[in-house]
This record gives sequence, structure tokens and C-alpha cells, in this order.
Amino acid sequence: MYRYIVNRVLLVIPTLVGAAALVFVLMRLIPGDICEVRLSSGGGSVDPRAVALCHAELGLDRPLILQFLDFVWGFFRLDFGTSMWSGKPVAEEIAARLPISLEIAVMATVVAIAIAVPLGTISALKQNSWIDHVVRTTAIAGIATPSFWLGIVAILAVLDISHAVFGTPWMPPIDYVPFWQDPLRNLSMVILPAVTVGYRYAAVTMRMTRSAMLEVLREDYIRTARAKGLLERLIINRHALKNALLPVVTLIGIEFAFLIGGLVVTEQVFNLNGVGRLFVLAVQNQDYTLTQALVMLTVAVFVFANLVVDLLYAWLDPRIRYG
Amino acid sequence: MAPLLQIKDLHTEFRTGAGVVRAVDGVSYTVEQGETVAIVGESGSGKSVGALSILRLIPDPPGRITRGEILFDGRDLMQLSDTQMREVRGGDIGMIFQEPMTSLNPVLTIGRQITETLEQHRRADSAAAYKRAIELLGLVGIADPARRLKQYPHQLSGGMRQRVMIAIAIACDPKLIIADEPTTALDVTIQAQILELMNGLTRRLNVALIIITHNLGVVARYAKRVNVMYAGRIVESGLAAAIYHHPRHPYTMALLRSVPRLDRPRQARLDPVNGQPPELTRLDQGCAFRPRCRFAVDACAQVRPPLEQAGPASHLAACLRSEEIVAAAGTVA
Repeated sequence: MYRYIVNRVLLVIPTLVGAAALVFVLMRLIPGDICEVRLSSGGGSVDPRAVALCHAELGLDRPLILQFLDFVWGFFRLDFGTSMWSGKPVAEEIAARLPISLEIAVMATVVAIAIAVPLGTISALKQNSWIDHVVRTTAIAGIATPSFWLGIVAILAVLDISHAVFGTPWMPPIDYVPFWQDPLRNLSMVILPAVTVGYRYAAVTMRMTRSAMLEVLREDYIRTARAKGLLERLIINRHALKNALLPVVTLIGIEFAFLIGGLVVTEQVFNLNGVGRLFVLAVQNQDYTLTQALVMLTVAVFVFANLVVDLLYAWLDPRIRYG
Repeated sequence: MAPLLQIKDLHTEFRTGAGVVRAVDGVSYTVEQGETVAIVGESGSGKSVGALSILRLIPDPPGRITRGEILFDGRDLMQLSDTQMREVRGGDIGMIFQEPMTSLNPVLTIGRQITETLEQHRRADSAAAYKRAIELLGLVGIADPARRLKQYPHQLSGGMRQRVMIAIAIACDPKLIIADEPTTALDVTIQAQILELMNGLTRRLNVALIIITHNLGVVARYAKRVNVMYAGRIVESGLAAAIYHHPRHPYTMALLRSVPRLDRPRQARLDPVNGQPPELTRLDQGCAFRPRCRFAVDACAQVRPPLEQAGPASHLAACLRSEEIVAAAGTVA
């Protein structure tokens, strides 16, 4: 087991370096130049000498390989440099946005698991019953509805209902307050986007749980469990669910990683200052350092989520643990 | 004394897209206390469905037991509540399945899968259940039981897993064990070991055994009585020796001829049962074996022959020409 974990963790390093190389090259292949964007701000020609000076200032005149090594070395020291656009440390820029994205991702995941796993299980157990049909229809709607549209509708509903009930329309707060400072204010801001995103997430997870469960329920060992005269509750919880959760865990890992940095539109709708929005800005401004750091952050989240998934797999399935 | 198990006119159907399949179509037989009875037949003859019906383990939908009584130990299993039925399963009747590779749960330890039965039926605490599990693994001939209990199914060989299945089946001292093709998926050498083990255990513990198989060698060696099934019905029933030496149904004869024999001169080719098993959705009112039968006459198309006494004592056969055939078979075989 320890060997498995160590191997798995060591594999993270080449993955990160590969991702770093990719983003480094891609950024420099995009036409345009941050110095030109910065100096021209709003059109007009730019003095090439000023651009050269700006390049020297940002270190963009150095050989590419040195720039790359600098970036990778910095990454491993957790020093991401300063944003080429704002001049503020990259770490600071991200730290200001990450908590809200992380909180939404975590909440959406919790909501999704809490709703999807029980519903998916019930749906599979009562296949083709009315409850199965209701759950599946709701899930299809969840997959088909774009989150941003749902978000707009949710905001409008809150406005209208609060207006009707209290006389004045109420809107979620716009500035982020950490949970431990003002839980109520924090939640009132985060709950709507979390539910909006969580709906689709729960829908996907529920469908996966249902189909995995249906497959497992047909397995020979479930028939064995029945032939042993076990309680139905035990057959489901002990025998079926543990096997059925394997694909669900994979899905949750991928979805969670996507939520960090992937919520560009939802953040726009709810006017949230999250990682997704920062991402768009950074790319638009050709801010190499910031974009690189954000990509690496996303990659790191993906790698970490996958690592957790793999470890969960090993915990759930002894064939992997001892394989 | 009343027989331990008495099945009367059992009907099990499956509703499929192609129509209603009568997998078990009026089967009756008995099993005495401590007796080994074999159910023999090809794939699709209804032998497994019949066995699963006893424990009411037919998945519904699409399956359903439509008619019949299953008298076990004085009670009709068909009338029991779900809770009572659960006590019978694994408690009074143990079951062993065909595929030891997939019949054990891959994510639970061997120990857990044995002890949970004991905890369910015996209200055993975990220490007592563990002690009994060690004892059971010893009974089924698994060495180093304490270590094996902590292992998972994938760490055991096929034969070993089937031994574990047997241990689970006998865990609560059942009165009856149903073994559905218990050796089909195993190597030939292992098959013999498993059969010997089951034979020894059922005798020692005085457990009745229903062994479902398509292997007539198994029948000859271990079973006292044999029921031959074809297309959802029993076509011949009797003592193993009688059926083996004096078969009275053309299907049984064909089955026996298709078995390679070491005690006869080697033939160039095996003599298989010609044709395919019938499609159960397309049976007519005549004898289901008729299309493959070398003795079929026009009368066979009119009615499905009932299971009637043929020859001495308890020997039954469902064939119109049973008497004539026995005479003819002497010259054919």
C-alpha cells in the first residue's frame, strides 16, 4: 500500500513539468505581446524602443530556455513571480480569488454527493418505477440546463420573491467575506452559485450512480448475498454500494477539478471575483506569468484530485491495493 | 416420514420481448433427508431456474413463479413472508453457485463474507462468528484459515473460492444444500476434489444435496436419484443406477451416448445429441424432444407425454414409446 502511494505521488512531478512546458510554449505562440498591449492601450502605434525596454524590464528578452527554467524552478519553490499586467505578486492575485472558487466547488460537491448518491441508488433499486422516472427526468433537465441560465433565473427569483415578501428586493452581497468572519453573509453569497452549479453536477453524478448500481445489482455476488438471506439494507450498503461507487468517485474527482477555474460564465452571472474570471483577464492581457501560474494551479488541482481518486480506489477495491 | 423437500407442479415463467418463456413447466420431485439428488439437463432446460425458484431468488421482473408448492420441512415456501423466507435462505437451505470467480464479492474479505451469514442467522457476535469461520474453513479443507479469512477473493484460486462458497453454504447447519453446477467452471482435477468434498460433507453432516449438472459422470458417482430435465419438464426420474444402465427416455439415452467412455472401445467420433435445444417460446402441444428424437412417431406431435411409471419401482419416464424403446435400445447401444 505504501509503495503504491509513493509511486503514485512521484508520478505527479513529470505530469507537472509536462504541463508547464505545454503552457509555456502555447502562451508564446499566441499572436500579440503584452508590452504592445500595455503601451498602446487604446490604439495608436508604439515606439519599438519602448517595447524593447518593457521586454527587458519583464525579462522577456532573455533566451526562452532560461525563461522556462526560471518558471519551472520558481514553481517548485512556490514562487510564481509578479503579474506582468498589474505588477502585483501572482500569489497575491490568486489568493484573493481562490477561496471563493474553492468554496463553491466544495459546496457544489457536497450538495452533489449528498443528493446524487442516495437518489441514484433508489432510482436503480426501483428501476422504471415512478420515482425512478421523476429522478431521471430531473437529472436530464439538470444536464440540459446551462448553469448561467439557471443562475439568472435564480437571481431573478430571489429578487422577485424578496421584493414581494419584504417590500424591498434583496440581492446576495457582492464582496467576498470568509466563512469564519461572517458565516451568514458568506453563505448568502455562495449558496446560489453553489446550488446552480451543483444541480448539473448532481445530475451527472446521480446518473452515474444509477447505472453503476444497476450493473452491480446484476452481479453474481449480489445473488450470493441474497441466497445467504442477508437483510436488503446490508446487501445494498455493504455489497452493492461499495462496488458501484468506484466509477462515481472518478467522476466526482474530475468534476471537482473542473469547478476550480472552470466557472467562467457562472462567476460572470453572479458577479463573483473568482479564479475563472481572473483566467480570462490574464489570457486577454497576454499576462504570461499570471496565465502560467493559473494553468499550473488548475493542473495541480486536477493532479491532486486524481491522486485522491486513486487512493480512494485503492481503499475501496482491494484488487488495486494488492495488485 | 415426510420427505425434506417436496416440489409439486412448479411453474416459473419469464416474460420476455419474444413472449412468455415457461422455463419451469410443471416440475415435481422430492428430496429425502440427507439424500443427494441430481438434476441433469442441457443449458436452457430449466434446471437452474428450478433451483433458484426453491429459494425464490428469481429476479422479478421478468421472472415469476406462477404456480406450485414447495414444501420444505413441513412449510410451503411459497406462502412464507419475505422475512421468513430470508431466514430460510442461508439458514435452512444453503446455495452454491456455478461461478466461484464472480459469486464472491471482490471488495469484501473472505472472513466478512462467511461471518455475515452467521451474524444474520445465528445472531452470533463477531468473536463467535470468527471462531466458527475458522472452523468452517478447516472443514472445507483450506489450510491456514486465519490468514485466508483476512484475504480477498482475488487472492484465492478458483477451487479455493468454491471451497469458501461451500463453507458459506454449510455455515448455519442447513438441512439442504442446492449446488448449481458447482464444478463446471473448475479444472477437471479440482472438480473431483470439490465433488469429493461436497459428498463427504453432506454425508458427515447429514445434509440433503440437490446437485444441478450436465455432467452424467457426476450423477453416476454421487447422486442416489436423478431427475433428467428437458425444456422445463422432468422427462425421466429414478435411481441413478437404473437411469444409467436402463434409460427409458430417448433424451437420456442420447445424453448417455454422447458421453465419452473409457470403458468402451474408442470410437472415431462422439455421438452428440443432434439438433439444438428447443426455443421455449415456440413449443407446441407435442413432445418437446420430438424434433431431435430418432424414435419420434406421429402420435408424439399430439400430446406432451406425462411422466409415468416405466419399468420397476420408482422409475418414471415421459415418453409414449418408453416400453418399445427399451427393447430397441438393447440393439442400438
